[in-house]
Amino acid sequence: MVQLTLPKNSKVKEGKTWNRPVGDGSWKQVRVYRWTPDDGQNPRIDTYHIDQKQCGPMVLDALMKIKNEIDPTLTFRRSCREGICGSCAMNIDGTNTLACLKGLDDVDGAVKIYPLPHMEVIKDLVPDMTNFYAQHRSIEPWLKTDTATPPNEWKQSREDREKLDGLYECILCACCSASCPSYWWNSDRYLGPAILLQAYRWVIDSRDEATGERLDNLEDPFRLYRCHTIMNCAKACPKGLSPAKAIAELKKLMVERRV
Amino acid sequence: MADASSKPVARPQRPLSPHLQIYTPLINMVMSILHRLTGAALYFGTLLLAWWLIAAATGPAYFDYVSSWFSPWYGQAVLIGYTWALFHHMLGGVRHFIWDLGYGYDLRTVDQLSWGSGALSLIITGLIWLGVAFARGGF
Repeated sequence: MVQLTLPKNSKVKEGKTWNRPVGDGSWKQVRVYRWTPDDGQNPRIDTYHIDQKQCGPMVLDALMKIKNEIDPTLTFRRSCREGICGSCAMNIDGTNTLACLKGLDDVDGAVKIYPLPHMEVIKDLVPDMTNFYAQHRSIEPWLKTDTATPPNEWKQSREDREKLDGLYECILCACCSASCPSYWWNSDRYLGPAILLQAYRWVIDSRDEATGERLDNLEDPFRLYRCHTIMNCAKACPKGLSPAKAIAELKKLMVERRV
Repeated sequence: MADASSKPVARPQRPLSPHLQIYTPLINMVMSILHRLTGAALYFGTLLLAWWLIAAATGPAYFDYVSSWFSPWYGQAVLIGYTWALFHHMLGGVRHFIWDLGYGYDLRTVDQLSWGSGALSLIITGLIWLGVAFARGGF
């Protein structure tokens, strides 16, 4: 349901400043959303200062420097540090992206970091992804076939394989889904851009034989049709994919199979 | 032991992370919100139009009365707003029609369509009301 303001327990307060710039250096202010389940307080924004001459170039480098040298309680997800695992998805400077792919120099002024928008926060920058993964499970993201398994691999023509380009690269980081206002208001029933892109990836796979069943499952006023082509998803995707386009293709298939 | 691990741990209610408050107002998102708002405004404007037509059908006295609401500056402001809402929503509809056909998804085109339909709605509204002013013989 649409609720434009934050609930009372989610209102963000000003937090503390952990350190100040000292001496020479190229200092960057980093302002980070903090919340811990342990103290019963509202979320707050803490301020840190990073000397860029002593820090790697990416926002993730700054977060790790803060955790290592200033404040070990800062909590965030990260793994590959090269944009393929999708763990460090967060809201940086007002848009969702991966901290490991966002340069500190790409941000004018202070670097403002929040968890992915409109999600339940477990701690600091770590949102609860349970619903997102359950939705991915619901589209049955695996090859479904009726014909007997071939002795070797399932063959696919070069052209059919190319249909998966722009789809298979999705790393399920949830930057797109958490950028979508429609998903903000209806994430209980609307699948959101990431999961719909995944659904389309299986629908157009030439080897998959459950296309009709997959489309039936999406034929729903909420699951698919809460997409209003707002386009935030395509702008947020750190891999340069277009969930909006995949959803449009799904909607077209829905019409085409009726006429 | 058994009862220690089975005892439910009271968990503080998790906060909801900020959304509209912190997200950059991208032009595509702003235009989508305006599309909703102008769509809602059109219901209101259509009621005004119906009122005006009913007045015209009722008789000169009632028509003059209704006109007295539309003539002052605030009435004119509502009419100008209605004109803009109409064209904004119509051009937004054209933009969505293009997208629904599967075209215009690269990010440059998304922004061009968004800015373009917004600007065009203002230009058309301006031209119409310039025409109105011209037909009246001045401002």
